[in-house]
Amino acid sequence: MAENARVLMKGNEVLAEAAMRAGCRFFFGYPITPQTELAAYMAKKLPLIGGTFLQAESEIAAINMVYGAAAAGARVMTSSSSPGVSLKGEGVSYMAGADVPGVIVNVERGGPGLGGIQPSQSDYFQATRALGHGDFYMPVLAPSTVQEMADLIYLAFDLADQYRTPAMILADGMIGQMMEPVELPPERDASALPEKPWATTGTKMQREHNVVNSLYLSPEKLEDTNRERFARYAEIRETQQRQELMMCDDAEIVVVAFGAASRIARTAVRDARAKGIKAGLLRPITLWPYPTKAIDQVIENGAKQFLSVELNMGQMVEDVRLAANGRADVSFYGRTGGVLPTPEEVLEQIEKLAAGEAPNASARATVMGSVLPQPIDRKSSYERGE
Amino acid sequence: MAKTTTELLCVLSGFGGQGVLFAGKVLANCGLIDGRHVSWMPSYGPEMRGGTANCSVSLSVEPIGSPFITRPTAVIAMNQPSVEKFGPTIVPGGVCVIDTTLAMKADEIEMAEGVTRCMFPATKIAEDEGLKGLANIICLGKLWAETGFCEHDVLTAAIEKCVPPKKKHLLEPNLRAIELGINL
Repeated sequence: MAENARVLMKGNEVLAEAAMRAGCRFFFGYPITPQTELAAYMAKKLPLIGGTFLQAESEIAAINMVYGAAAAGARVMTSSSSPGVSLKGEGVSYMAGADVPGVIVNVERGGPGLGGIQPSQSDYFQATRALGHGDFYMPVLAPSTVQEMADLIYLAFDLADQYRTPAMILADGMIGQMMEPVELPPERDASALPEKPWATTGTKMQREHNVVNSLYLSPEKLEDTNRERFARYAEIRETQQRQELMMCDDAEIVVVAFGAASRIARTAVRDARAKGIKAGLLRPITLWPYPTKAIDQVIENGAKQFLSVELNMGQMVEDVRLAANGRADVSFYGRTGGVLPTPEEVLEQIEKLAAGEAPNASARATVMGSVLPQPIDRKSSYERGE
Repeated sequence: MAKTTTELLCVLSGFGGQGVLFAGKVLANCGLIDGRHVSWMPSYGPEMRGGTANCSVSLSVEPIGSPFITRPTAVIAMNQPSVEKFGPTIVPGGVCVIDTTLAMKADEIEMAEGVTRCMFPATKIAEDEGLKGLANIICLGKLWAETGFCEHDVLTAAIEKCVPPKKKHLLEPNLRAIELGINL
């Protein structure tokens, strides 16, 4: 028997436990499947360590409580699943505009609308592009194992504080609901957390008032503020790209997948290698900033084709295409609505690419339960040689 | 007699309240104690709200891809709908442990070649032996006897780990249930 420090826990519960260990002392949320275990765990444990758990009257109320606690310098988080995260969009925009750190967890389910409750990755665009109005981004981290749930939420709090920005964990129903062995991170020393001299902690008659606000009526002042924020974004893009590369040293076909989809893609890539196909896996861990340097690297290594595998109708594929910038072919395969592709399905697409055929989208027609229009050919007419 | 296998892909299924998620947790903890890769994935859809609940447990020496199991090597089915849903998905040569108390027509379900069917009225046996509510563990014992998914001391340790300290009085009945299943 080889017992060690690993424990068997659900992904959602690990997010909660690791957040507390990262110094999170405030949680505001509203229940929704498939993330509710996170809130339930917080409700039970957070008060025991002097923290505050509050089930808000709505997701909108919850995110504004996060904004308030963050303005006062607390390590704070909220969590929800896709429809609930849409409701938080406004508050996240205000947090970005006011430059306050906080962590938002999205354990995605199928959409749009109420959608379903099975695993999905259909909020990629929302997370990486437009969670709310205005010119802003935030770091988005995508765990693919229960261990990474722990590691990445720990990191999310640090990135949020370091760059004074909201940060997101973009998980899905699979990673949230499953149990896997995990080694939990150590408890952060509360006194060693970053100083927040900007926070509204009370002047104690020692300093000027701090103001946390996102309103700038002077266009010049607002432009300056946005430019300063984008200088921080540039630094994040430069220093915080994270990814895992598997079998990419000599790969000609590189499958790009994150989170739950990457687990399935990993099996398919191994199977492809067993069949003699030079396949590799590029797994983005940061979805924003997108790991463009890794795309550069695998192209330099000889990658000719990328296959983006996602649990949606094709979202991240656009970032792969932007990063490849015409240097390699980019195609897409996905299942949606909570349906998961099998490794065999993904392998079939890899084999088609290896044989020089266009990957087909017939599985998508199955998802829809009816005949789809012709699969979207994302190549320009120029690329198709027309 | 137990044979040691390297990979077990097991679906445990039954009505809510029969303890299939708990039995799956014991199984997953066997892999954890063994230092293997482990995943435990529950059904969390509408089926668990009054219908059939199930979980997929994978034990492997390799990292686990999808935790959802489509072709199990073993199934524990504790009611008729579970036999119907998962029995036909078992790989050739796999094992199907069936509680015939609530799966009366398990014989009628076709399964792949060489699938071993272990059929016994686990719920009734549990009640007769004063182990009410432990049919799940009896079935797990039988699965262990058939597949030997870990060493015996690991199995015992996993049960000790899964019975919460607050319910310590249930440890002895659980250990009795697993031995009963092994010796069926």
